[in-house]
Amino acid sequence: MLYFSRWKAAATILTALVICLCAVPNFFSPEVVAGWPKWAQRHLVLGLDLQGGSHILLEVDANAVRKEKVETTRDDVRRVLRDARIGYTGLAVRGNTVEVRVRDDANAGQALTKLRELSVPLGGLLGGSGQRNLDISSDGNLVRLTVTDAAMLERIRQSVEQSIQIIERRVNELGTVEPLIQRQGADRILVQVPGLQDPARLKELLGKTAKLDFRMVDSNTPVEQALQGRVPPEDDLLYSASSPKTPYLIEKRVLVSGGDLTDAQPGFDQRTSEPIVSFRFNTSGARKFAQATQENVGRPFAIVLDNEVISAPVIREPILGGSGQISGSFTVQSANDLAILLRAGALPAPLTIIEERTVGPGLGADSIEKGKISSYVGAGLVVLFMLVTYGLFGLFANIAVAINVAMIFGVLSMLNATLTLPGIAGIVLTVGIAVDSNVLIYERIREELRAGRSAINAIDAGFSRALATILDSNITTFIAAAVLFYIGTGPVRGFAVTFGIGIITTVFTAFTVTRLIVATWVRWRRPQRLTI
Amino acid sequence: MRLLRLVPDNTKFDFMRFRHISFPLSALLSILAIVLYFSHGLNFGIDFRGGTLMEIREPAGTADIAKMRETLSGLNLGEVQLQQFGSAGEVLIRLAQQPGGETAQQEAVQKVRAALGDQIEYRRVEVVGPRVSGELLSYGIIGLGLAILGILVYLWFRFEWQFALGAMIANVHDLVLTIGFMSIAQIDFDLTSIAALLTILGYSLNDTVVIYDRIREILRRYKKLPMPEILNASVNQTLSRSVITHITVTLALLALLLFGGPAIHSFTATMMFGVVLVGTYTSIFIAAPMLIYLGVGVGRDSISAEPEPEIINPNAIPARFVEDTGADEIADKPAARPGAKSSITNKPAPKSKPKGRR
Repeated sequence: MLYFSRWKAAATILTALVICLCAVPNFFSPEVVAGWPKWAQRHLVLGLDLQGGSHILLEVDANAVRKEKVETTRDDVRRVLRDARIGYTGLAVRGNTVEVRVRDDANAGQALTKLRELSVPLGGLLGGSGQRNLDISSDGNLVRLTVTDAAMLERIRQSVEQSIQIIERRVNELGTVEPLIQRQGADRILVQVPGLQDPARLKELLGKTAKLDFRMVDSNTPVEQALQGRVPPEDDLLYSASSPKTPYLIEKRVLVSGGDLTDAQPGFDQRTSEPIVSFRFNTSGARKFAQATQENVGRPFAIVLDNEVISAPVIREPILGGSGQISGSFTVQSANDLAILLRAGALPAPLTIIEERTVGPGLGADSIEKGKISSYVGAGLVVLFMLVTYGLFGLFANIAVAINVAMIFGVLSMLNATLTLPGIAGIVLTVGIAVDSNVLIYERIREELRAGRSAINAIDAGFSRALATILDSNITTFIAAAVLFYIGTGPVRGFAVTFGIGIITTVFTAFTVTRLIVATWVRWRRPQRLTI
Repeated sequence: MRLLRLVPDNTKFDFMRFRHISFPLSALLSILAIVLYFSHGLNFGIDFRGGTLMEIREPAGTADIAKMRETLSGLNLGEVQLQQFGSAGEVLIRLAQQPGGETAQQEAVQKVRAALGDQIEYRRVEVVGPRVSGELLSYGIIGLGLAILGILVYLWFRFEWQFALGAMIANVHDLVLTIGFMSIAQIDFDLTSIAALLTILGYSLNDTVVIYDRIREILRRYKKLPMPEILNASVNQTLSRSVITHITVTLALLALLLFGGPAIHSFTATMMFGVVLVGTYTSIFIAAPMLIYLGVGVGRDSISAEPEPEIINPNAIPARFVEDTGADEIADKPAARPGAKSSITNKPAPKSKPKGRR
């Protein structure tokens, strides 16, 4: 066990050195490191609990996605039957199913053929999953179109993907460093924004669907009638965004939607100096808007954002240029935010915040300080104890543990891992485990000495027998760390990472570094007696 | 230099005799822990119960908790707990889960912020909705179960099933006692506690495995020694290591407990109890003697009908009982020749399993 070939010794030293060197970028400021080659830039990331920031878990409203999907299908059915001039009654949505009754039995077959065209394979031509978006069945002149579960899941997946892109655009507007936005599970999105002073604004930006529509105000029906509960079927009763809440009757038909916007910028009205948001349509949006305004000069239209009326101006003249402005009791901040939301686009479905964890920068700095102090004190106590207990061999153990800790930081940097406060606790505990591996070896050497072996022979036997034990005991601990990593989130996962890596480096150090140090010493001193 | 010896060489404690005390004691304590769990319950934190936790600091230095409590209880937010946390200016506010789903939680935070004003530093705000808290709890339980199962399978492969089962019983016992402790001390039970429990599991197993390793070794080496003596010898031989290791872990934990701040206080307190108090006791007084009842080395006692008095203490192994490892011959020429490596490797006793010895 004490023999090291030159190559093995060199490989051991080189491996340990390279891994330790990976920790170097952490000691320099980000500006300095930025000038280094890409591969040398990997470094530790401080967790949100240490540098402050917000962790927000959002969930896509799956029910809204479901509802929208079924309603689209209903509209498709209506369009198909109208285009084919087939009379129908009782077009209705029941759960995930759209039902329609063909009025004339003679047309039932033709209607079914037409409606079957709505059912297409999922995933486009190359999908090949064999699943379709609709299950269509008929019973006499009653046709049922059911949206398949696969199609629903696909729609939810798409919604999450789109939402992530839109959130990225919104968060980037905040100008924060390295926000993390990723999908979690089937219908969730995790947003982590470090170093944010005020999460309220972030939440404001995340929580808005930002669905913008230009719709006509229904001026034929008095609002009072709608307020009494008789809303015409082609209208919605909506309220103004600003208080007092003014009711409006708005046509369901959308003239132009926010999807047709190409740009939105905050600004000031030239006459009133009030904050406004000016916008520009794309070509098709501009054409639609021009046509609508030409037809409706003198009537009021409404700018509706997330089912709230922002303003309802009267069209004085056709707007042909494809651009316009929204005014409506904005503050500078809210005009700015609305411009951001409009530029980023509307979310396909509302998002709900289901978990939020925000740490202020003050607490983060305190935690770093406490983590440092406790690590130094813990390490100091352990080092002292080992020296008192094992003397020279205690010094060897301390060197090995120091290399071990440096290697943990090296591996963490290589992985761009996140260091959290529990993560620091993990490192401190690793020091305990790393010391244990040395204790196991030394105690075994003591035993072998007592059994009457010579000094060198005892060291050799001690290592070879203790290493098997070290492996066994560390693998069991590693299993616990691995499970912790798998189930944990945030800080707990940070603990699992440092603890798990610590176990691996501990086994590596015990098998190579410690052995090499002792072997070198044995070769140098050729001890006849051991003080251990 | 004279080095510190905490445990004298060649201890000969009859640890196994204590099993007649330790087994009933542990059974009693476990029942007590379970009773505590059901009577006192665990102090579930917001991770598992849902709700809101806010850590605030009064920049002026001292927070008037009574006044804050009055302000907040006027908000009609259900149960509101306030607690000093760390220094005099720091307060922990806990709001129970608000009825009305995920958005209601966020609204509650807004109300508290509005009521307390902008002068206060909001050091930490955590809001966990009802759906997430349910999932976190089930993940935690699944995680603990998975860890136990994984470790069981590993030990079963590495040792015999009796060892795996013994370690398992011992460590479930650890977890039960620790949960009892958390219940009586009313330590916040949150995700960090699951981390603490898993670490305790890992550490305690680490300890058990070290002793089991030794038991297996002695089982292979001395074919005629009765089981209780093998167990005693194993525990005695590893005693010094157990003591030293636990002192170092305690030192590390002590530093975390004293200087780590309130954020990881409950984590380290739990670890201290689980690792230092329970873990060691379990490995020595539960895990090891358990093997007697699980039938490891059955048949030995009949073989050793003729006593072998000179090896009652295998610490002082007489030369004739030491297996010839082949290491002694090459002892004085270490690492001299390349290629001599394989002969230096210390071959342990023949690799037959103890089962074959029945």
